[in-house]
Amino acid sequence: MADIPSDAPQHCPGTASEQAGKTSACQGCPNQNLCSSGATKAPDPAIEEIAEKMLTVKHKILVLSGKGGVGKSTFSAHLAHALASDATKEVALLDVDICGPSIPRIMGLEGEQVAGLSLCLSPRYVEDNLAVMSIGFLLSSPDDAVIWRGPKKNGMIKQFLRDVDWGELDYLIVDTPPGTSDEHLSIVQYLSSARIDGAVIITTPQEVSLQDVRKEIRFCQKVQLPIIGVVENMSGFVCPKCKNTSQIFPPTTGGAERMCEEMNLTLLGRVPLDPRIGKSCDEGKSFLTEVPDSPAAAAYHSIVQSIQAYCLSHVTREESAG
Amino acid sequence: MAVGILDVDLCGPSIPRMLSVGKPEVHQCDLGWVPVYTDAQKSLALMSIGFLLEDPDEAVVWRGPKKTALIGQFVSDVAWGELDVLLVDTPPGTSDEHLAVLENLKKQHKVDGAILITTPQAVSTGDVRREITFCKKTGLRILGIVENMSGFVCPHCSECSNIFSKGGGEELAKLTGSVYLGSVPLDPLLTTSIEEGKDFIQTFPDSATFSAINSIAQTLLTSIQNP
Repeated sequence: MADIPSDAPQHCPGTASEQAGKTSACQGCPNQNLCSSGATKAPDPAIEEIAEKMLTVKHKILVLSGKGGVGKSTFSAHLAHALASDATKEVALLDVDICGPSIPRIMGLEGEQVAGLSLCLSPRYVEDNLAVMSIGFLLSSPDDAVIWRGPKKNGMIKQFLRDVDWGELDYLIVDTPPGTSDEHLSIVQYLSSARIDGAVIITTPQEVSLQDVRKEIRFCQKVQLPIIGVVENMSGFVCPKCKNTSQIFPPTTGGAERMCEEMNLTLLGRVPLDPRIGKSCDEGKSFLTEVPDSPAAAAYHSIVQSIQAYCLSHVTREESAG
Repeated sequence: MAVGILDVDLCGPSIPRMLSVGKPEVHQCDLGWVPVYTDAQKSLALMSIGFLLEDPDEAVVWRGPKKTALIGQFVSDVAWGELDVLLVDTPPGTSDEHLAVLENLKKQHKVDGAILITTPQAVSTGDVRREITFCKKTGLRILGIVENMSGFVCPHCSECSNIFSKGGGEELAKLTGSVYLGSVPLDPLLTTSIEEGKDFIQTFPDSATFSAINSIAQTLLTSIQNP
């Protein structure tokens, strides 16, 4: 049965949810008896279908944050660019921020919508070896809003994973919206039979961000998602005129470094604020190509190397475990 | 003036820390849940899931229907008392939380409108365009657009750097026929105050940032008093 059947009431909790058939919204729904009997909570066959699809994807990395506006999409995009700079590697970037899909713009693919073919799930290519999929490609106008409740977002994510022809990939990077809700649960659930290498968690130095990031870390622990490490973004600003550093987003409680020490996580690196990063994103260009000699680019490269090393060491561990 | 803040960012509730109310308990009274007050005069009342969590690091890993249900309770079961203004802080997006709070508020109250926050960059205004469509589709009046993180003045040499680009908020307002309420600069004094839960406006009343926020607030008040 569909997660939200067409005859379901407005606040249908979803047929696969634990509340299926039991919420007040379920009263009077023609499917209520079926849902409350538990028949609809059988494992979603899509999980195995997706696992089958993912056999040709070597490494899967989720990019998460508890907080909005910390630079997840910026990081995801540049992680993809950096990994794809090796022409022998096949890389894909999946944007599951259904309400705020920024990836098309950041990757220079805005305007790649195919009018009338809203069901077309072919990825778009930035380079021969760098594919991108986002709901942004399925919207016909930059003003279109995706005003969907959780169950419909989940359905879209399932389609992205099961029905997009990803082909053989070395890396699949998944950019997520902030939070610990439907999108995050769905990604983890649908990939539960395919191995996810781990999550990279993005924060800024402030406690207001770290407070939410600790929740994200708890989410990862709850769903047994390994954490590759934490990236501290917007970490200081060097004035281009006087070269003094200002902590615009101050690490009043020790920043990501102290949080990582306390939670026994790896601090992958710190990326300073650089106006050219935002400019590159707005123009759909790779900052790493535009300003390769900047401290921020060096920070990105070091972080990407650590992520690659983590992914490769995992494969080695699994191979030797037999 | 009596003001309330309802924080419906269930996954990332920041309001409790920013307003420095520590870890108060939420009590019930005959009229419902008692909001948390920031001062003895009860001039600012708050409600957030942050007050209901035993452990502040606990993740709220809820799907849409559960979030919708709690937000319904926040709207109908909190004993706000007499308020001049209720502000609702939302997470990014156009999903369950936004639909839930709007639907529930409309049942018993007049919703004056929405303020949309953006940074100057196209990546941000790109998402806010969709938020504007959400407002139009749900019949929510747009009170105006605020451009946040609008330039940084170096405290050492006073050079202004447009870290997150420039002008996007005003362009967005023109493009969409919305009111441009103004811009707020990046200010480490503001971010530090928020971190420590201090009242920035009390501590730095002479700052350009305060002046910017104040001007926006005055424009908004006028707008809601004269619809």
